Amino acid sequence: MKGRLLISAAVVSLGMAGMAWSQGNSATAEIEKYREMLGDGNPAELFEMDGEALWATARGPKNASLQKCDLGLGAGVVKGAYAQMPRYFADSDKVEDLESRLMTCMVKLQGFDRAELSKKPFGTANYKSDMEALVAYVVGQSRGMPMAVPTAHPKEKAAFELGKQIFFYRAGPYDFSCATCHAMTDARIRMQDLPDLTSPAGSQRAYTSWPAYRVSQSLFRSFQWRLNDCFRQQRFPEPTYASESTIALTSYLATMANGATYQGPGIKR
Amino acid sequence: MKAKLMMGGVLALASTCLFAAGSESVVAARLKTDFHTKGIAKVERLDQDPVQILCSTPDLDSVPQAQQFALEKQQRAEIKYPADGKYLGDWKKGEILAQDGRGNTWSDTPETPIGGNCYNCHRISPQEISFGTIGPSLYQYGKKKGYTEARQKEAYGRIYNSKAFNLCAPMPRFGHVGALTEAQIKDLVALLLDPESPVNK
Ligand code: HEC
Ligand code: HEC
Repeated sequence: MKGRLLISAAVVSLGMAGMAWSQGNSATAEIEKYREMLGDGNPAELFEMDGEALWATARGPKNASLQKCDLGLGAGVVKGAYAQMPRYFADSDKVEDLESRLMTCMVKLQGFDRAELSKKPFGTANYKSDMEALVAYVVGQSRGMPMAVPTAHPKEKAAFELGKQIFFYRAGPYDFSCATCHAMTDARIRMQDLPDLTSPAGSQRAYTSWPAYRVSQSLFRSFQWRLNDCFRQQRFPEPTYASESTIALTSYLATMANGATYQGPGIKR
Repeated sequence: MKAKLMMGGVLALASTCLFAAGSESVVAARLKTDFHTKGIAKVERLDQDPVQILCSTPDLDSVPQAQQFALEKQQRAEIKYPADGKYLGDWKKGEILAQDGRGNTWSDTPETPIGGNCYNCHRISPQEISFGTIGPSLYQYGKKKGYTEARQKEAYGRIYNSKAFNLCAPMPRFGHVGALTEAQIKDLVALLLDPESPVNK
């Protein structure tokens, strides 16, 4: 990881301001150019480092680290864990995505309050989210690994099915569902390419490039954030953070991506 | 779409037990538990009307035709055409409205003007190259379709309620839900069907 960190702060803060938006190019093409500018680097690495430190730091009422947290592959195993999530956890008797699971560990091991943790999970220009840093660290440890989300447990099957139904659920003032924007090949909204999340190729490419550093916001964004902002564009009310519905939707998308190589953390518009 | 969705055995459970006791589907009940009102985006937005219920399937080919036609007919009956029988407004205002993608999200306020969002999905005036492709290109709409009053009325109806003509189309029902006013829809019809509009140049 260290070798790839040679991104000067100047480039990181450059953000979109430094990019000439050439006419006729999609946002994806512009991001490709930005990537080239950065060489092999991704500002997400700075968040990964923060998260790695947080993971090992004794914190919370119980003054413990997260080093005994079980992300599905055994206590303390981070390598490859994200590529196999969401999954069923026997101790909570629930299917959990990464963010839900991190909260479960922070509650159990560190003594934090779940409601408190859910209050401000997304960072802003003036507020650094611990959750997003931890997410960056954990997902970075699955880079290059094949997506292998388990589907054998009945609750995993149920989560996939519920997620699929949510994906096609049309409601709100504009009758939108996820499928309105994400069930066609090569469609765009304005200049933003829309992945076809009902096709294996489309969902694989999209899912394996999240969570991601967002250049336009100079922030690292988790998958729960991605869903939250799409529900906003869908004109829906707000999904509660790491609720059963959002985890189920993630199960659906992650399972569709099975077999692909996890590429994250990504870098986005 | 059907074939695309046959992913592994996981889908074996698909479309069983969509509805629990009572009329509300399991998924609707779940969503109502897991979502909350934020700003103008009230949790009641999750309630579905019959059109939304019928069109929430992964396999649109499976929607029973009789039901589809009956609902389209009912939606058509609810279209309020202009009382003055005039369909063409001001294409310049229509262009501004078509550009505007704001409105109705939880980050908007009740005062945020509601835009047409048209360029999100359609190519319209040739000068605007940042357009989406979810809907068909509307460039040269009048030139291609003709400028007759019947065409104007049809365009008005489709903007007012696209679902009255194609039940599960992705396009919002701008007039039906009160997002756009009669005058605004006329301006959009003019954008598409006024021979002077850049769309038809
Ligand atoms: C009204 C349009 C709209 C709706 C509805 C919508 N999205 Fe999106 N989605 C977008 C746009 C636009 C992007 C492009 C990313 C951006 O904002 O920069 C995107 C991006 C994404 C991505 C990341 C793709 C990538 O390769 O980076 C995922 C995953 C996604 N959406 C999932 C969903 C899901 C799941 C839903 C339903 C809850 C949904 N979207 C509903 C417009 C929408
Ligand atoms: C979310 C996507 C979306 C948005 C937003 C949208 N449309 Fe559409 N529109 C479509 C699609 C898809 C169709 C094709 C519908 C069909 O198959 O019947 C369509 C069809 C149309 C048609 C009929 C085209 C024909 O073939 O005769 C007109 C006219 C139209 N749109 C105008 C508008 C205007 C004006 C706006 C803005 C107020 C708008 N649309 C917003 C997606 C959209």
